[in-house]
Amino acid sequence: MSTTVATINDKTNLGFWVYLMTDCILFGSLFATYIVLHKNTFGGPAGGELFDMPAILVETLILLTSSFTCGLGMLAIRRQKRSQALFWFGFTFALGVAFLVMELSEFNALIAEGNSWQRSGFLSAFYTLVGTHGLHITIGLLWMLVMGWQLLRKGFKDSVIRRFSLLSMFWHFLDIIWIFIFTFVYLMGDLQL
Amino acid sequence: MRRLSAIDKRLVSYAVGFISSVILTVIAYALVTHDDIVRTLTAPGIALIIAALASLQLIVQLLFFMHISEEQRPRWKLLTFIFCFIILGVIVFGSLWIMFDLNDRMMMSPDEMIKYMNKQTGI
Amino acid sequence: MNLLEIILGKLSIDALPHESVTLGAGIGMTLGLLGLIGFVTYKKRWTWLWKEWFTSLDPKKIGTMYLIVGGLMMLRGFADVIMMRLQQALAVGDSTGLFPADTFQQVFSAHGTIMIFFVAMGLMFGIINLVIPLQIGARDVAFPFLNSVSFWLFVAGMVLINMPMVLGEFSAAGWLAYPPLSELEFSPGVGVDYWIWCLQIAGIGSLLSGVNFLVTIIKMRAPGMRLMKMPIFSWSVLVTMVMVIFAFPILTVTLTLLYLDRTMGMHFFTADGGGNMMMYVNLIWAWGHPEVYILVLPAFGIFSEVVATFSRKRLFGYVSMVWALFAIAFFSFIVWLHHFFTMGAGAGVNAFFGIMTMIIGIPTGVKIFNWLFTMFRGRIAFTSPMIWFMGFVFLFTLGGMTGVMLAVPGIDYQVHNSLFLVAHFHTMIISGVVFGFFAGITYWFPKIFGFTLHDGWGKIAAWLWSVGFVLAFGPLFVLGLMGATRRLNHYDESTGWQTLFIVAGVGAAIIGLGVLAQLIQIFVSVKARHARRDTTGDPWNGRTLEWSTVSPAPHYNYAVIPTVSERDPFWEAKQRPSAAAKHPLYTDFTMPKNTGVGVIIGALSIAVGFGAVWHIWWLAIAATLAIIITLIIRLSDDETEYTITAAEIEQLEIQHSHKEHHA
Repeated sequence: MSTTVATINDKTNLGFWVYLMTDCILFGSLFATYIVLHKNTFGGPAGGELFDMPAILVETLILLTSSFTCGLGMLAIRRQKRSQALFWFGFTFALGVAFLVMELSEFNALIAEGNSWQRSGFLSAFYTLVGTHGLHITIGLLWMLVMGWQLLRKGFKDSVIRRFSLLSMFWHFLDIIWIFIFTFVYLMGDLQL
Repeated sequence: MRRLSAIDKRLVSYAVGFISSVILTVIAYALVTHDDIVRTLTAPGIALIIAALASLQLIVQLLFFMHISEEQRPRWKLLTFIFCFIILGVIVFGSLWIMFDLNDRMMMSPDEMIKYMNKQTGI
Repeated sequence: MNLLEIILGKLSIDALPHESVTLGAGIGMTLGLLGLIGFVTYKKRWTWLWKEWFTSLDPKKIGTMYLIVGGLMMLRGFADVIMMRLQQALAVGDSTGLFPADTFQQVFSAHGTIMIFFVAMGLMFGIINLVIPLQIGARDVAFPFLNSVSFWLFVAGMVLINMPMVLGEFSAAGWLAYPPLSELEFSPGVGVDYWIWCLQIAGIGSLLSGVNFLVTIIKMRAPGMRLMKMPIFSWSVLVTMVMVIFAFPILTVTLTLLYLDRTMGMHFFTADGGGNMMMYVNLIWAWGHPEVYILVLPAFGIFSEVVATFSRKRLFGYVSMVWALFAIAFFSFIVWLHHFFTMGAGAGVNAFFGIMTMIIGIPTGVKIFNWLFTMFRGRIAFTSPMIWFMGFVFLFTLGGMTGVMLAVPGIDYQVHNSLFLVAHFHTMIISGVVFGFFAGITYWFPKIFGFTLHDGWGKIAAWLWSVGFVLAFGPLFVLGLMGATRRLNHYDESTGWQTLFIVAGVGAAIIGLGVLAQLIQIFVSVKARHARRDTTGDPWNGRTLEWSTVSPAPHYNYAVIPTVSERDPFWEAKQRPSAAAKHPLYTDFTMPKNTGVGVIIGALSIAVGFGAVWHIWWLAIAATLAIIITLIIRLSDDETEYTITAAEIEQLEIQHSHKEHHA
């Protein structure tokens, strides 16, 4: 029994979208703070000296791909093809984990050199902005596990389909935020602006 | 038949969005990491370009991943997004305007402050 | 770090209060709480409380609980007022007054924090919960479970702000905790952390309510109630919720950054390490200014309903009222710098924000004129809500004028952070927000509880509050112009200020009598509730949908969702002699089941906050995980609703109409 593209509970879908708008403002405030503080290196290194650009490109492409595979997972949900859905969301999960692992090792390397969040205002803002995004990714990954479990236990109930829809909105949203982190933190940092 | 093509349209949508985003990402990266390009176009120039590329990718992902154009009327999601965008602009650019102005005036060294105050009072 | 430190964090025996005033307050509160618990146990009402109130997802129950908590917190905030007025009336020259400086600082910090976050926001969400579903013709809010979570997060914040009276200390950094004073270096104790966490938790509750009521009003209006046919109170709430959604995340971020500075050695706002403390002021007011408009717009909405109803006339200028709401909401996001004109920005920046600030007066003026034009040639009933309104018009207009004065940076440089400023914002908040909420509570009271409040005592209260207000804050305007700064715990005799401070103290006492009058009003009304019963459901000859139900409104609000075709639908329906009442067509519908999950999440949030404050990390982490697990369990539950059948509804409706006829 296939569902049309628009079998989504109106209220919950809109409500979650509105929540995502609040998350936009949250990240916006963190961005504003980062831009204000990014030159405050307190004698320490600036972004351009610290960022491993090739690794960042790889991370970015990983997250972008995961957004794509998430979309494919949603198509499988709409077609009510369970194994396909689990495969694509599983792939998305793996890519998300890879992203997180790379990010944590980036942080680890920086901290090992003495460039922790305590070093300067710039680094405090950097870790908080990128780390908040990473925290959201972690929550998304946890959510994916829960949804996978719900899919196995309950099948294609309305609530399950609806929640997958919200999850994929969340995941796409996080990739959109990453576009701006990639551009305004890493690329601008590499340009030494 | 009709239902299936709706889903296929979605597949095309995701694929187009993905490929465009990859291209936009790689271009931005290339512009920034190639020293000769940076020298030619200057860093601020590149900054403007990559900001535009980021905005473009935002629109691409909103359209092709989030399907914002498929919303039926009344378009509440679009409306809340536009409001959010405006408020974000106000908060971010307002804060930057304020803070950079304050930084210029309030974060001077004592010598700079003396020079500044002399200039203000016409000495 | 030894084991005891890991288990207890910074907690030790020193955390118990050792200053006499705090000790007294803490003991008083504890005894009061124990007394309350004892009373409920004696009356064997715990099960009833749990089943009928704490676990209820009925917005009318949740709203009532918001009002009770908000009202109790108003008493605590008012106790802070008495202490401050006493101190400032007595501490002249050689006298150091009644309270040591550190206590005084905690008192004014607690006063502001409590009044804004727990009284004003609490009463606001209380009224919104009680009225909005009824007024838009819905049975519930969009997300009933989320509504319960929001309330219990609010309660968690309330618990955390009261805890410093028995354990630790509260912030001494004012209601907004500016760095560097609020940073670890100058506030090494737990006070600022308490402040951060009670606001963070309550703030998340508010944000979730913002989402909830926004979706409710957008998606759950009765059929035919297009936006431009919606009552103005609902419009004011819609616009307010949009503001909540865009403003509160800024607060969440700012509180987090301050906490990270204090706990993880970060340098957002520190004096060293590349911090920029001006950024805190910028961010906190980017939230703070919209916040005060968030508080006042629903009050404006209430006045729109009250004035129209008690003038027995359609609200004048409905469309301009809606546009004024949009204008005020939009402008409220582009004026925030006027709170820190003196921080050192240049003339261009200051001028821009000053001009934007002055512009807000225009749509507000439009609203005032519209209310007055509504009253013109109306048949006015001078009930107590109208007395609150008259006090509001007079005082708010004058206070607004002082606001336009303050909007001029040149003037503001003279009176920033003086008592002139303090008097200005109290005028706006008390005559606007507080009077508005009092009018609204009086107005909608019979709909929720089934009986009216005693009007005489209400009028006495309104007069006492208004006269008391003028005496309490008039002197403060003068004192500010004479050079008195805010938050003074002592001043020199040569200033000549004492007389005015004494007058202000008298004014506060008169307001206190007003509060007493309100308590008497409640007591007298509850005692006489059978005689005062609202038998028709429409005690004021109202205009909007909520008055079409019986009083008190049944838990499902409407047996049949009404269809609407114009503004003031209930009023219009009353003007048309109806055809023989048709037998209503009942259908089955679902309602949410009660659940204790909201209470559990609230309790766990207290644990998270407590752990974060006292650095008991295992507790904070464990409680956070427990919240996540609880949510996952709740969201896996598929049996969260129950059905009321058409037959059951018919029976309930017959019962209700019997009660009406036999009143």
